[in-house]
Amino acid sequence: MSTAVAEKAALREGAFGHAKGLSCRECGHQVGLGPFYACPECFGPLEIAYDFPQVTRAEIEAGPRNIWRYKALLPVPSDIEQSPNTEPGFTRLLEARNLARELGLAKLWVKDDSTNPTNSFKDRVVACALSAARELHATVFACPSTGNLANAVAAAGARAGIKTVVFIPSNLEKPKQVNSAVFTEQLVAVNGTYDDVNKLASEIAGEEDGWAFVNVNVRPYYAEGSKTLGYEIAEQLGWRLPDQIVIPVASGSQLTKVDKAFQELVKLGLVEDKPYKVYGAQATGCSPVSTAWKNDAPAIRPVKPDTIAKSLAIGNPADGIYVLDICKRSGGAVEDITDEQVREGIVLLARTEGIFTETAGGTTVGVLKKLVETGQLDPELETVVINTGHGLKTLDAVADSVGPAATIEPTYAAFTQTGLAQTGRAEA
Amino acid sequence: MTVSVRVPTILRTYTSGESEVSAAGTTLAEVLDDLDASYSGIKGRILDDNGELRRFVNVYVGNDDVRFLDNLETPTPDGTQISVIPAVAGG
Repeated sequence: MSTAVAEKAALREGAFGHAKGLSCRECGHQVGLGPFYACPECFGPLEIAYDFPQVTRAEIEAGPRNIWRYKALLPVPSDIEQSPNTEPGFTRLLEARNLARELGLAKLWVKDDSTNPTNSFKDRVVACALSAARELHATVFACPSTGNLANAVAAAGARAGIKTVVFIPSNLEKPKQVNSAVFTEQLVAVNGTYDDVNKLASEIAGEEDGWAFVNVNVRPYYAEGSKTLGYEIAEQLGWRLPDQIVIPVASGSQLTKVDKAFQELVKLGLVEDKPYKVYGAQATGCSPVSTAWKNDAPAIRPVKPDTIAKSLAIGNPADGIYVLDICKRSGGAVEDITDEQVREGIVLLARTEGIFTETAGGTTVGVLKKLVETGQLDPELETVVINTGHGLKTLDAVADSVGPAATIEPTYAAFTQTGLAQTGRAEA
Repeated sequence: MTVSVRVPTILRTYTSGESEVSAAGTTLAEVLDDLDASYSGIKGRILDDNGELRRFVNVYVGNDDVRFLDNLETPTPDGTQISVIPAVAGG
C-alpha cells in the first residue's frame, strides 16, 4: 500500500493499541505508524515500538482462549475481538513423554500449532496483519507464500469480507493450493521459487495503492503475531520459560519473535528471568542460516532451495541474521537435516505422540534428534519444540514411506498369515 | 548501454517520485555511478560505507539476484531491467 493511502485516511485513536511507532532494528531510525516496513535510512527492518501498560497474569487469564488474550502486547486496537477474524491461537502444549523417552530427553513439550483454524501458525500473524490492513483502510489483502500463509490469508480475508490475492510458487504441494483456492478466486501461481514470488510481491506493493501485503508492507504488524507462540508457551508452562526451545527457520521471523516474547514477559514481570537456549531448525536443501552458523559467517549467503520442506524453502531469509544473533546470545545452535531425515521426523512424531506434522515439523523433530545425538542440546533440560503445521498439507512427503502392512482377502485365514495376530499376543 | 532501473518507494524522494528511471553503464557498479550523477546521494543509500551492497537491499539484474551473479560487477546489457528492492520482506 502506498504512503498516499495512509496519509489520505486518518488513523483512528488506538488503531494499533499500545504501539507508539516504528523503529529500525539496525540503525534505530524512527518512523510513524503506517504501511512501512523498510527503514528509509538503511533499508533495515522496521519493528513496532511500544509503550506497554502494566499487564497482569490475571488480566491475561481472564481473556478469550485465543491470541487476543494478549492484545495489550500486540499492535491491535482494544476492540479487536469485535471485528471478524479467525480467532487463532491458544493451541495445546502437549507433554511428549513417548518422544522424550525415544530421544533420551528428561522433559519434552510439543507446542502444537497444527490445530489453528487453517492448520498452521500462520493464522496468528495473519490475524495481526488483518487488523493492520483494516486500520490502514486497505482494499486488498495479499501475500507471497510458500503455502501455509496463503491458506491463512485467503481464509481470514473471506471471513473479514476483504478481497484477497495470494501468490504462490507454481510447484507447491497440491493440498496447499486447494486449501487456498477454496477460500479465494484470486490465487496466482508464479513460475519460480518462493524468492521470485517474494520479489514480485515487493514490486507490486510499491506500485499498487490500497494493497496490504501481510509479509511485505504490513510486515512489522504481521510478524508481531508470532510473539503469541512465546506468550502461550510460558503461560501454559505455568508462567515460566522453558530451558530450551527448537524452532523451524524459514525467514527466521518466528524464532526472533518467540525470543522477543520471552524477553517482553521478563521485562513486564510476568515470568521470572532465567537463561534459555534457542535452537533453529532447517532442511539441508535450504539451509542458508545453518550454513552461516556452522561457518561462523557474519552474513547470510542466499541459496536456491531444493528440499521437500517447502514451507521452509526461503533461500534469502529476511531475519536470518537475527537468528544467528539470538542462537549465539542464548547458547543455542542452528542445525539442518536431510529430506530423508525430515520424513523420518514426521513419522517419529506421529508414531510416538499421535501428532501428524507437515515437513516443517518433521524438520524440527529431526533436528531435535540430531541436536541430542551430537551433544549440542542438553537432554536433562526441559525442552519445547514447535509444530508449525498439519501433515495433511504435505501428504506427498510421507505417502511412499507409510502404508498398509498387508493387503488381504476378508478371511481369518488370510489375516493369520500376515503374522499380525501375534502383535496382540506378544503384548498380552 | 541504457538500462531501466526500478526504484523502491523509500528512494523515490531522490527521483522526484519516479518509480522507474533510465541509467547507463556496462556493469551494475557503473549504472549506480550514473544513477548517482543524475540523482545525487542515491548510491549511498544502496551501498554501505565500504562500497558493498547494503545487507538489507536486494538488487536484481533481469530476474536474478546479483548476489547469485557477480554482485556489483554483474554485466548490464543494453535494455536490461534492474530492480532495487528492500530485502526485509517475506516469511
